[in-house]
Amino acid sequence: MSHSLMTPSAASKTSTPALEIRGLGKSFPIGGLFSRDSVRALHDTDLTIGKGEIVALVGESGSGKSTLARCVARLEKPSSGEILIDGVDVLKRDRFQASRAFRSQLQMVFQDPFGSLNPAHRIEHFLRRSLAIHGKGGSEEQARHRLEELMTTVGLEADMLNSYPHELSGGQRQRVAIARALAVEPQVILADEPTSMLDVSVRIGVLNLMRKLRDEQGISMLYITHDLASARYLADRTAVMFAGELVEEGESLDLLANPAHPYTQLLVSAVPDPARAGSYDPVRRAELRQAVMASTHCMFDGDPDQACSAEEPVRHRVGDPENRHWVRCHLYRPWAAAGGHALASEPIQPGHPASTAQDEASA
Amino acid sequence: MTISQVSFGSHEPVLDVKNLTVKYIGDTRSTTAVDRVSFSIGTGEVFGLAGESGCGKSTIANSIMRLLKDPAKIAGGSISFGGKDVLAMSAEELRRFRWQDVAMVFQSAMNSLNPVMTIGDQIVDIFTTHAGYSRKESLRRAGELLELVRIDPARLKSYPHQLSGGMRQRAVIAMAVALKPSLLILDEPTTALDVVVQQEIMAQIKELQRELGFSVLFITHDMSLMVELSHRMAVMYGGRIVETAKAQDVYADPRHPYTQALMGAFPPLAGPRVPLTGLPDGVKFRNIPDLTEAAPGHFVAPFGADASVIDSTDFEGAAR
Repeated sequence: MSHSLMTPSAASKTSTPALEIRGLGKSFPIGGLFSRDSVRALHDTDLTIGKGEIVALVGESGSGKSTLARCVARLEKPSSGEILIDGVDVLKRDRFQASRAFRSQLQMVFQDPFGSLNPAHRIEHFLRRSLAIHGKGGSEEQARHRLEELMTTVGLEADMLNSYPHELSGGQRQRVAIARALAVEPQVILADEPTSMLDVSVRIGVLNLMRKLRDEQGISMLYITHDLASARYLADRTAVMFAGELVEEGESLDLLANPAHPYTQLLVSAVPDPARAGSYDPVRRAELRQAVMASTHCMFDGDPDQACSAEEPVRHRVGDPENRHWVRCHLYRPWAAAGGHALASEPIQPGHPASTAQDEASA
Repeated sequence: MTISQVSFGSHEPVLDVKNLTVKYIGDTRSTTAVDRVSFSIGTGEVFGLAGESGCGKSTIANSIMRLLKDPAKIAGGSISFGGKDVLAMSAEELRRFRWQDVAMVFQSAMNSLNPVMTIGDQIVDIFTTHAGYSRKESLRRAGELLELVRIDPARLKSYPHQLSGGMRQRAVIAMAVALKPSLLILDEPTTALDVVVQQEIMAQIKELQRELGFSVLFITHDMSLMVELSHRMAVMYGGRIVETAKAQDVYADPRHPYTQALMGAFPPLAGPRVPLTGLPDGVKFRNIPDLTEAAPGHFVAPFGADASVIDSTDFEGAAR
């Protein structure tokens, strides 16, 4: 078992990033046919994934992380921004839809391994088809060899190629989905909650497989999840998304040990952890919620590199530059309507300043 | 000391399940979903049942509520609640037993609310049907109930779609405790919710439990959550209990390889990154024997090359 646990790939800091997202935005129209209202699912998002780097994107449901994935996978047309793969803006290169060249660079692994494999076909079909479409098959003998190699890579027996999806467990199916993505030899894999539908005991196996692919084949990954502990386990860096915008990003261990943004603190404090008994404090929780939507002061006030601003999402550096840890200025007010969705669970506390803002937002 | 004598609360168990066996009987073959399972829950005790999908934990909950439908059949064992034999109850007795004695919150229960009735009407229904209160009295109590779970009583007039997922789940929990049951069964009450909401709901249940003193049967696959909430817990695999002890003991010293795999499935939030293995695909335990006491109050099913047949090359070697 080889794990490069402590060393984020050195190459990521120097060469062209594998995936770079600049100012990505996406609005969805809401209301009737003639309505001009829209909901802002993603706003001005910048994210960089170096070659051979695993970056986790965490946040609650509705925070916009899946919208980001769908935009990057080009299943959704972004409203604004650029997506660069290996330094090339793919939105400009293939204006209208994703090209085959794009698909061979970036592959997705979806949440539901029960829905993503056609039940009428054998496992061999999925992998062979990937090879054929992208012209990686070669002769029959080469293709056969490649299929077996793929199965070995993802930790499955080669004779499972003749099985149908229903004969496989959830973990095995997800491994097939990963093998299918690998067949194309992509540079980047986008994994949207790949373990959340799997049985708990096999989740770690899939995470270990993803790490192995990075270590051995240098594939970059964007790992989208709401599970902070698994993000910490797998990803070199973690980015936190709230209401369609990134609020904090940094080396995973450092970010989760020293969360600087109230929203990150809120998420971290909510993870069940038997080692940290009696962790829930409703007063502290209410303060954090209040601070997420309308903080009145910034703990980085007086930052020599970046002055605080309530209008611009200024990024302050946190701690050692080595950790590439930054946090959005606390003074920045997120889009009010967004907070209503993401924090709507707040118990109503009459007289608390947050509750009025909450009611307006959720109305 | 036998298993049924170990309980956290009083010595008088609220619920006592002995050698429960449930089979799903098909035309050609039958499956044993729950196999000779025994446990008891004391007054005011929170008992956790952990395990992954298909291990039989929900079948146990449904057996206790007598909600099993064909082809499921209780093939053996007994369930007694406060000294009464649950399996022998008549339809009329069951009607009183459900909700008044034992209430259940189902997985994604928030979707079980009637979308065309207000929250208030649905709670009033419980009081008028099961407790025979007048409508006015029921409404007053419904308001109190919502306050108990920190929802503004003005929300009585809201329809379910006007509440967030967390609020709906809270309302469902309020409805479950409406008639002050002595046992509350929670079947994966927070799996459909986000971590932040999940934690608040769990804190709420803890608070209600302290206030009203009911016992809880808590079913989940999330070991961290279970250890946080439960006094005692049992880990199930393939219809059998493989380990049962105080939750803290299971957390500190999991003994069965399956329990260890479940624990290993949740990476920690602090400390160095350590490679974890979980349970490799294809590893199965067969013919799990009865529990034996490995330490005081800590019961484990014997395992090893002879006891549990492992259906793969070998457990360590397959871990990758």
